[in-house]
Parts: sequence; structure tokens; C-alpha cells
Amino acid sequence: MEDMHEVIREYVINEYVEDDTEVTNDTPLISGGIVDSFSMVSLKRFLENKYSISIPDDRATPEAFDSVNKICTLVQEFIG
Amino acid sequence: MAYSDKTRGMYNGILSGLQEAGLFKQERFIHSPQAADIEVEFPSGSSLKNVINICANNYLGLSSHPDVVKAAHEGLDSRGYGMSSVRFICGTQDIHRKLEQMVTEFLDTEDTILFPSCMDANAGVFEAVLTKDDVMISDRLVHASIIDGIRLCSAMHDTFKHSDMDHLESKLQLHHDRRLKMVITDGVFSMDGDTAKLDEMAALCEKYDALLFIDDSHASGFIGKKGRGTHEKYGIMGKVDVITTTFGKGLGGASGGCVSGRKELVEMCRQKARPYLFSNTIAPPVVAGVIKVLEILSATTERRDKLEKNTEFWRKGLTEAGFVLKEGDTPIVPVMLFNAKLSQDVSRDLYQEGVYAIGFFFPVVPQGQARIRTQISAGHEIHHLEKALDAFTKVGKKYNILGKTKQEIIEMYGM
Repeated sequence: MEDMHEVIREYVINEYVEDDTEVTNDTPLISGGIVDSFSMVSLKRFLENKYSISIPDDRATPEAFDSVNKICTLVQEFIG
Repeated sequence: MAYSDKTRGMYNGILSGLQEAGLFKQERFIHSPQAADIEVEFPSGSSLKNVINICANNYLGLSSHPDVVKAAHEGLDSRGYGMSSVRFICGTQDIHRKLEQMVTEFLDTEDTILFPSCMDANAGVFEAVLTKDDVMISDRLVHASIIDGIRLCSAMHDTFKHSDMDHLESKLQLHHDRRLKMVITDGVFSMDGDTAKLDEMAALCEKYDALLFIDDSHASGFIGKKGRGTHEKYGIMGKVDVITTTFGKGLGGASGGCVSGRKELVEMCRQKARPYLFSNTIAPPVVAGVIKVLEILSATTERRDKLEKNTEFWRKGLTEAGFVLKEGDTPIVPVMLFNAKLSQDVSRDLYQEGVYAIGFFFPVVPQGQARIRTQISAGHEIHHLEKALDAFTKVGKKYNILGKTKQEIIEMYGM
């Protein structure tokens, strides 16, 4: 089975990182300036499609999306 | 009344922080009309210095053109100074509608609406034509005014990597289910001087049934063989759904902007765009000046042709001198220095040599990409450019960066 952390980390790197910045599971994504809050929507839609979930807008906050670990916690909650 | 010492102290702390971070912006006072040669007071209180200006958006050299100045005088005499009203109450004159029709013809669109500035046009257009059922997909390097306009709109927003057409296509696929999709880009990107790949973007918009929006503020009047803009350069005249542009750069340089495009979208702006509804439009003398600018540019391509030649001369001269430049063919020619302090030092030394050019660094440009952004004008004569090249070469030698690669400059000065 795919490791969720690895899948999301790889998506973040491919989607948002345009230099050699290292991204770990704890790297601050939004507060660290890697993911523009403007571009979060594609991450949200990716997660919803990949895991067949629906994340309400009020839960898709910059805080909840601020690291791979935090995103995984959020996704796990909706997978149930 | 309640402006306490504590409040004052708080703001002074913020301002001091900006100064310490080197982000404090300081104005230089120009005592002459905007032109290639200007008289500048800098720092404030110092005696006037004659310098060559290579950082204005005065691409076509029309800011102080005698015919434009004369037309503005005549506009002032015949239509007065101000309107004292928004457009839809009693703030529209015949010349406002005349200018809208002239812009429509110049850009080859269906209709045009004037705004007090292009900043206002971009602030108002998205909210006026899109809803929460739609998506805006913008290039990651679009101008700040577009970002502000997007923030004011309830439509979903996503971005694509700068000029990456594969990434844009993936976003159009991802958002296939939205009612409307609008692809948003600058025509010419102001910091790097590169142009959007509009032919490919138009094809993708056709394929995925998306609207195409361009801000052509750094292109209108001189990009394309007839100077109509990036859509002319890429052979897609008549296919762009929304063009915003400014009259504050190549088109006379005074103020004002517009939304030009599909007539229904323009009408939506006339009914709903808040900067149009709640502020006065462009003042009559400026309208008269812009009308003259469009008459000049429609009659001859002489000025954009001269600008093209000047740009080639300038780019070739800097390259031969050994500077690292951003690739491109627009009048925006960034001289790359990579290090923020170096960009400030070079700018200061150029000023001492009689050349006015500004250093840009993070956060205006990405970290490690500090530069002097030079902007060429049809108002420059070859002797201006030769003198400026001499100054650049002298300063470049001082810092030992001529003939050095990006990596070598970074090794000497850091990012």
C-alpha cells in the first residue's frame, strides 16, 4: 500500500517546489513560503480525488495544510 | 484623537524594521518633465543632478511629447479639469466614449471600458464577471494588481508554474467541472521582461473551453509589429477574451487604464465593477492626451520601431560588456547581480555616474535574483545609451563582475 506521507510529499514537491528546496514531513509549507495560500486549492482537490474524500472549506485552512504531517492527519480524519 | 504615543511607537517600530531590512522605499524628486534626460534631487535637499533615466515605463517616449502635451492643454480648455462625478451619474463626456472606441479598434476587441488605473481595472474585472462556480487559473508571476483583483473575487483560484504550458493544461483538466475557467497572465512580465506564450495558451483555452485574460500593461503600444500588444506578436488578435492595460506606461504615461474585450464582459464591468462604479474616471486632459497618443501610434510605427532598435543596441552592448542578462526581446532588460546588497551598491554608483537605474531584490523578485532592471525608451538616443553603457561598464569593472558567470558572481558576493 502506498505510504500517504510519501504520496503527499511527492505531490507537494512536483507541484510547488521549483528549486532544490528539501521538503520533509515537518517542513512548514505555507508559513515557510513553499506553498502559496493562493495555490492551495489544487492540493485540496488532489487530496479529495486521491482519497475519495470531501474536505470542507473551513477545514482546508493554511494551518491544517502547513506540513505533510498535518495534511495526513487531516486526510485520515476524513477517511475515517 | 486617540493617536496615543503607544500607537505612534508601534508604527515607528514597523517603519524602523523596514529600514533595517533594507526594504524602505525612498522617493527621488524629479524637477523636470519625464524624459531620457531628467533633473533629480536625491537625497532630499541635495542639489539637482542631471541623469539619464533608464528605469521609466516611458517606452515610447510619449510622456512629454509636444503633441500629447498640446492635446492635453486643448482637452483642459475644451472639457475642463475634472468631472466631479462617477461615470454613470454625470461623469461621462463624449471624449471618454471616443477613447473607449479608439482603444477597442487599436486592440482589435469588441468593446472597452475605462478605469481610473489598470490597478483598478484588475481590481474590478474578476469580481464583475466571475462567481463562486468558476475558477481563475493564473501564472505564478502575474502582477500584484491581478493578485489583489483575484482576492476580491469569490471564484476558486489556482495557479500554474510560470509559462509552463503542461502545468497549465493539467490545471485545466483538474478544474474541468467549473462553470467557467479563466486563464490569467501578464502579456509581458514586468520583472523579467519575458512574454507569455499566448499562442499556446490560446490553443489550450480553445481545447478546454476556457476564457483567456491578459494584462498587457508592459506591451500596449510597442509589442507586435504594429505595437498592438502581445496578442499581435503571437498572432491571436481578436481571440483574447479580456485585455487589461494602462495608459500610465507606453501609452503616454499619465494615468488610467481599461478593460477591453468581449462586449458582454465589458458590459458586466460597466454594471458591476466597483472601481468603475465608485470612483471618478480619467480626467479630461488625460483623456485628450491618450486620444492623441493613439492617433500618433495608429498613424506610424516609427516610435515602436525605434524602441526595438534601441533595445537591440542596449542588449548587445551590455552582453558585449560582459553582464549577465535575462534572456528576452522586450525593452525590459534585467541586469542580473543576484545579491541584494550588490544591486543597491551598483545602483548607487550608477547614479553617481549619471545613470538613474534601480536595484530590485527580494521580495520584489525571488531570493537570489537581485538585479538592476533597465527599461529602454524610444525617447533614448544612441548617445544616451552609449553614455549609460560606459557607466555600466565602469561600475561593472569596479565590482569585478564583467565576463563573470552567475555562479562566479554568487561565489564572490553570495545570494
